Amino acid sequence: MVEFNGVGLRYGPDAEVLADISFNLQPGSFYFLTGPSGAGKTSLLKMLYLAQRPSRGIVRLFGEDLVAMPRHRLPGFRRRIGVVFQDFRLISHLSARDNIALPLRIAGVSEEDLSGPVGEMLSWIGLDERAEARPATLSGGEQQRVAIARAVIARPQLLIADEPTGNVDPEMAMRLLGLFEALNRLGTTVVVATHDVHLISRIDNAQMMRLEKGRLADPTGALRYPPANRI
Amino acid sequence: MIIPRVPVQHRRLLPDHRLSGPTPWVIAILMMLTLLAAAAGVGLARSANAIGAAIAGRVTVQIVTANPVVRAEQAAALRRRAAAQSFVRSARSVDQQELRATLGQWFGSEEGGGGDDPVLKSLPLPALVDIDFVGEDRAGHMQALRTLVAEEAPGARIIPHAEWLGPVAQLIRSLAWVAGALVVLMTLASAAVVIMTARAALGTHYATIEMLHLIGATDRQITRLFQRRIAIDTAYGIALGSVVAAAILLLIGWQWSGVTSGLAATASLGPTGWALLLALPLLAIALAALTARQTLLAALKKIL
Repeated sequence: MVEFNGVGLRYGPDAEVLADISFNLQPGSFYFLTGPSGAGKTSLLKMLYLAQRPSRGIVRLFGEDLVAMPRHRLPGFRRRIGVVFQDFRLISHLSARDNIALPLRIAGVSEEDLSGPVGEMLSWIGLDERAEARPATLSGGEQQRVAIARAVIARPQLLIADEPTGNVDPEMAMRLLGLFEALNRLGTTVVVATHDVHLISRIDNAQMMRLEKGRLADPTGALRYPPANRI
Repeated sequence: MIIPRVPVQHRRLLPDHRLSGPTPWVIAILMMLTLLAAAAGVGLARSANAIGAAIAGRVTVQIVTANPVVRAEQAAALRRRAAAQSFVRSARSVDQQELRATLGQWFGSEEGGGGDDPVLKSLPLPALVDIDFVGEDRAGHMQALRTLVAEEAPGARIIPHAEWLGPVAQLIRSLAWVAGALVVLMTLASAAVVIMTARAALGTHYATIEMLHLIGATDRQITRLFQRRIAIDTAYGIALGSVVAAAILLLIGWQWSGVTSGLAATASLGPTGWALLLALPLLAIALAALTARQTLLAALKKIL
């Protein structure tokens, strides 16, 4: 699904913020990415959701080399990835409904075909009453839910979430985690960056990736050579 | 497609603030000035061409023989001989009455026209014969005419009109070129305004663009959104500028229709000129859309 091999990332002439990152993400697996602030979690996620190319190393996604991939092919890959941003990044002049429908519209789904899934998603996140509300009128938790709904509505193969439960109450956090788990059971590979240790303990079989000072801690080599690969 | 088709739901990705920025108004002013400059250029060029065509093959033979009877006979003989030549289209003796009427406008006369003014009548006026050549061999025609004049009216002066009206026509032609250069400069300024607008739009909506990119929007999808918006905004400006320019041109045309004398009477736009003026706004909209598209695509390529 995702392969990083000897990946390094630097911004300008500064020292590398990520160095020698190597791992394999298996299809249908669930990963938590942890580490202290400034360890490079967001930079790693940026490379995962194709907002940043690495400075060195090999990145393969869905079996294709992304480092050398021409720019015009990237949108097709991005449509297979759902991203929940820490700062939500909702489009402020669009309603909650339109924000959620955005990935489907970009993918060319007709209005007729997208109204059902969008309505279901609004019900699921408990915002069907506020479907036409603009993000500015929603609470932080409500915005977070809209952002998550937008990330998952197109049934991505890879779901990346950066602190997805940072702005929601524990009950909603568990509901959101339940959604991620459900998507994972349907075959979506999930990567969640979080500081919340309670969240991590809630998912069985989830693997943990820990970043420290720009390097990935992989003492057993399981991230680089997962069991399936060893066989 | 000058204004690309974008689904209604996609149009909402950009906030709907039509005509809120300065772009349509700046474009309207530039378009109005462009059309006025173009109209001036076309009018001047046509005027210069009309004058050039009128004077290029025309000469006046001025017979100054002292004896008025001989002078009149020489003029009549010269007109007859000239009219019979193959290189002459027409030859006309200028009537003395007409000459006095012309002079009367300058000197003043009791009758106004001056035709029968006793003072003017007493002036020894030369006999004039206007001759129009055919074809382009001006030098050859002039040589033949000199021979003819030497035979029929020795001592008469031949005055080619191109010698004294030529510089005026050249000046008018130069002004037409200046007007053309102004049109080009204002077109470039309009394109620059569109480029700045496109870049400003990208800056204003950067967060939206980044988000659209990250969920898989192509450069083409994003460009169409902005291209449509910019094309419509500039089309509003172009339409407004064109309407104002048309009103000004019609007003000038109406006032011009009263001018019937001299060089001013030769200035007009003609069908080609009007066609050019009608085509300019359409070309401007196409140029704006194309410029916006190229600017947007170039800018988006800098974003991963």
